[in-house]
Amino acid sequence: MRRRLAGISLLGVLTLTAAACGSAGGGGGSAQPSDGPVTITMWTRAATQAQSERLVQAYNSSHKNQVKLTVIPTDNYQPRIAAAAGAKQLPDVFAADVIFVPNYTSQGLFLDVTDKIAALPYKDKLAPSHMKLGTLDGRQYTLPHTLDLSVWFWNKDLYEKAGLDPEQGPKTLKEFAEQATTIQEKLGKDGKVHGTFFGGNCGGCYVFTFWPSVWAAGAQVMNPEGTTSLNDQAAMTDVFKIYRGLYENKVTGPTTKEEQGPTWTGFFPKGEIGVMPMPSTTLGLMPAEMKIGVTPIAGPDGGESTFVGGDSVGISATTQHSDAAWDFLSWTVSDEAQVEVMAKNKDVLARTDLAANKYSAEDPRVVMINSLVAKGQTPFALRFGQTFNDPQGPWLRLAREAVFGDAAKVPQLNAEITKSLQQ
Amino acid sequence: MTLTITRSGRRPAHTPPPARWRSRKVQGWLYAAPTAVIVGVLFLAPLVLVVWMSLNRWPLLGPATFNAPANYLKIADNPLFIDAVLFTLKYTAITTVLLSAVALGLALLVQDRRPGIGFFRTAFFLPGAVGFAAAGLLFYGMLNNDFGPIDPMLQALGITDEPVKWIGTPNMALFSTITLVIWRFAGFNMLILLTGLQAIPAEVYEAAKSDGANRWQIFTRITMPLLRPTMALMLILSVTGSLLAFDQFFVFTNGGPDNSTVSMVMVVYRDAFFRFDLGGAAALSVVLLAALIGLNALMMRRLR
Repeated sequence: MRRRLAGISLLGVLTLTAAACGSAGGGGGSAQPSDGPVTITMWTRAATQAQSERLVQAYNSSHKNQVKLTVIPTDNYQPRIAAAAGAKQLPDVFAADVIFVPNYTSQGLFLDVTDKIAALPYKDKLAPSHMKLGTLDGRQYTLPHTLDLSVWFWNKDLYEKAGLDPEQGPKTLKEFAEQATTIQEKLGKDGKVHGTFFGGNCGGCYVFTFWPSVWAAGAQVMNPEGTTSLNDQAAMTDVFKIYRGLYENKVTGPTTKEEQGPTWTGFFPKGEIGVMPMPSTTLGLMPAEMKIGVTPIAGPDGGESTFVGGDSVGISATTQHSDAAWDFLSWTVSDEAQVEVMAKNKDVLARTDLAANKYSAEDPRVVMINSLVAKGQTPFALRFGQTFNDPQGPWLRLAREAVFGDAAKVPQLNAEITKSLQQ
Repeated sequence: MTLTITRSGRRPAHTPPPARWRSRKVQGWLYAAPTAVIVGVLFLAPLVLVVWMSLNRWPLLGPATFNAPANYLKIADNPLFIDAVLFTLKYTAITTVLLSAVALGLALLVQDRRPGIGFFRTAFFLPGAVGFAAAGLLFYGMLNNDFGPIDPMLQALGITDEPVKWIGTPNMALFSTITLVIWRFAGFNMLILLTGLQAIPAEVYEAAKSDGANRWQIFTRITMPLLRPTMALMLILSVTGSLLAFDQFFVFTNGGPDNSTVSMVMVVYRDAFFRFDLGGAAALSVVLLAALIGLNALMMRRLR
């Protein structure tokens, strides 16, 4: 009896030890099967879920290899990637907000695919801003996955009700403010409809929707190396002032100041907002019966620009299935996937040579958005996320002081941004 | 257990050969081994790793480089952390006082067996069964100015005229979060106090009554002193839990508005997972752990 008990405890110890060792070594233990269909894992963030899902679905239904997609809430995406990388448990393939890509490549999270990209016949036609941010020291690590451009949407029905020309969107940021104010004055009495809206407590929303107005005015928000912030200069503060006026005159939706990001695009499709900056990827998700005008974001006195956002996708440095992963990735930028999956759903294409295709021609708004890819910018900074997206980062404080608080603090907070960029 | 007792009872009859002694020792080790392994793998090993990480520059992938004590020295240059320390202390003080008061009140309300008392005990305890992060989301939804039901209800009752910015200003955000924490934890603390209350012998109360003590005297002279060990347990749990606050601020206020509700653990999280400074985050964790051990030792001594 005694001996048996001792045996059982010993067995228990052995099992536990084995389990502990097993979990520690699990990441590198699985061998790559030499043939037969492979299932690769992929992560993407919720913001571009629809596009990733369509691509994966189309790939899975036409290929032996399968892709298993996991969608992660946008706000938690960066921490999840960091945790997974630290534990060597990255998926085979992961998409990332294009502005985080320089940091990820500098951390060595992506596999070098320079030679594979060089073999693609359309390698020079891939979205230039995405390719630029996916290049480090002359080596390429990512392909464009989705393109998400910031544009102004206006609600034609509300414009008509307010006595504005429903076919004429704003051409300058000042016109944008005037039209939003008219909507608010004419239709905002019962508190349901508002002139405009923006993510007032969301760093990523500010850069996506405010910076294009700076670029449209011919100015910059950072130096090209992404190490010095120019957000205290007149081009930026003029933009802040116009939005501040809208907030002070209560033209913005009541929760503008508190909006942390998850719901900022949710008000326009409900028909509650006159005119506001929106991501182009949401155009295909708008209610079918809603009449929406789309126009480029302008500076205070004109010009046009956009934030070329969206996702890049790369193979993780720790994958066991790099060939299968590349098979999927290269397919996503093929003519078939780009036209029959992306263009069919009004999405902006990852390749400039396919911009004119049988689907985009049906909707002039899509043609306009596609044309903006060349005019827009994607800011480069190694410390982008922790400076501009992180709610505890210095940019959100600057933007909030400039729009809702004490605008005199902007120069000092701008110095904080530069400090964060240089960390 | 039984086996060991039987054996030691029998021992004087035989002279125990050294071999058996050794096997007894081995057996003891074997009994302790599963727990030792669990503690070792899940507590000691991570602890040693964190300390080691805090002495290194630790990238997400690739080899670490020893850089001690740089990660510790730069804590002083981290204004977010210094603010977070002050905020967390303030939050801990307010939460502990309010939570103890509410929990004690609830415990006194439901301590006597009366018809239907089980319903109230269950009702008070039930929020404790909701996951904390889920509770944070629940409050976020309930108090949301766009779709939350609380604002329309208050307005319909004529209590407020316009939506309340529940997490819109620093003080309101703190107030709303503390309300969430009390709602979530008062029942659990009530349960702790209830066990203490019921451990007080009825004879003591009867003796006090026959000596002519009134209710207030009974409460201050009998209940409170005899409840002291239980209160100490509750205080230590509450203080430690509050100093390590994370979920409520991460989920509910996201540290806002304007970094006014950033707790210490949130800074650790940010350094590790937004700034990818794993070494720096480990150093903050070690400092936090040391402070907690010190504080708990102090509280144990004072409250004993």
